[in-house]
Amino acid sequence: MWRDAALVAGRDLRVELHSRVTTNQVAPFSVLVLILFAFALDPDRQLLERLASGLYWTAVLFAALLAISRSAAIDETDGVRDALRLSGIDPAGVFVGKAAAVAIILLGLEVLLGVGVVVLYGVDLAGAALVVVAALAATVAVAATGTLYGALVSGLRVRETLLPLLLLPVLAPVLIGATRAFEAALAGVPADGWPWCGLLAGLALLYAVAGALAYGTLLEGS
Amino acid sequence: MEQVVHLRAAVALLGRFPALAGFDLDVARGEIVLLRGPNGAGKTTVLRACAGLVPVVRGEAVVLGHDLRLDPRPVRRHVGLLGHATGLFDDLTAADNVRFWGRACGADAGDIAAAMALVGLDGRLRNVAAGRLSAGQRRRTSLACLLARRPELWLLDEPHAGLDHETRDQLDALIGRAVEQGATVLLASHELDRAESLAHRVVELAGGMTVAPAAPAPGMSRAGMHASPTAPREAPDPSPPEVTHVA
Repeated sequence: MWRDAALVAGRDLRVELHSRVTTNQVAPFSVLVLILFAFALDPDRQLLERLASGLYWTAVLFAALLAISRSAAIDETDGVRDALRLSGIDPAGVFVGKAAAVAIILLGLEVLLGVGVVVLYGVDLAGAALVVVAALAATVAVAATGTLYGALVSGLRVRETLLPLLLLPVLAPVLIGATRAFEAALAGVPADGWPWCGLLAGLALLYAVAGALAYGTLLEGS
Repeated sequence: MEQVVHLRAAVALLGRFPALAGFDLDVARGEIVLLRGPNGAGKTTVLRACAGLVPVVRGEAVVLGHDLRLDPRPVRRHVGLLGHATGLFDDLTAADNVRFWGRACGADAGDIAAAMALVGLDGRLRNVAAGRLSAGQRRRTSLACLLARRPELWLLDEPHAGLDHETRDQLDALIGRAVEQGATVLLASHELDRAESLAHRVVELAGGMTVAPAAPAPGMSRAGMHASPTAPREAPDPSPPEVTHVA
């Protein structure tokens, strides 16, 4: 399974490298969202600082929707799904590989958005360990859930509008957990944030296991 | 002789609709069998059913010793399907596509390089994004993906479509070489002159789902129904193939 996962992850990342959709479209879009939040809430700088965690993770989720939609589209073109079924690749490996590629792309976007939050919202970075662990756990949860739901809506004509409708409610606990953990870290009380990290890690594990188990059925059914 | 494909009264569904109803087909190892029939006769469905991509819900369906009705997945790794869709990623180069699908099927670097060389995928063409290739070049890339996995059963749906004359000849030679090495070929084509000269037998699909008994193709009419995989082929006979239709 791990060999298949590495193969699929490498393919998805190579596709992104060649197409430059993430760097030329998704990244500018997510920075634009941050800027629009700043326009909407400025000149109340204190309010921006207080809401920075929530705004940051909302921007991450918007960017994630685009990255997930793009990831699902890779396997929908010109008979690729049939070729995957014929290849004998472990469906769990396909799931893990696709989720890993989405997670790597998201981590890159999160770093970019983190810089944006510091520059635009004037946030002082604190509690780095909590921030990193919370971001990793939330990213895995978002990538795993997104990959699973991307396969679920695959092949439907309305998939682009249906995906956010299905995915965002499921990701609400991740948004809440990550925002609370970041708030605790930035407020200098990391002890309040670690329980939220535990919740995020639990969600990441749950979604990853569910995805690995269900992906084969979704691949056959689409 | 070992049966590679055995379908008896096979019923296959596309969604809720029966695409095959009571289909019979036996193909022995080393044979090249042509499926012939009008559009909508079910040729593509037969190929996809043999690949385990379309579920057979009734009848007998055994491919390469695996019962498709019990679990079609074990057979998939051993078949190669060249269909209307190419299975290529437009943003990856032709070489990256062949490498990915080759490695996915367990091929080593030597097999992958040999497959690319066999279809003339070399030089500048290897590094062109698949989305920028012509239809014929995409077909060749797709064929290289199939060759890299060294399938036991080749399932070819309109394999000559979109190819120039020279590449068609190369494809026919590749099919002949694969059969000499023990592969079995089931193909569907509307280019009857070329396909019939290639095939050992012709199976006629008529009335949508019903199949006529297999008859020798013109090129094999004197060689018998089951030619040896290594036997030299006879020159094509210009007379039309003997095919019996079943109403």
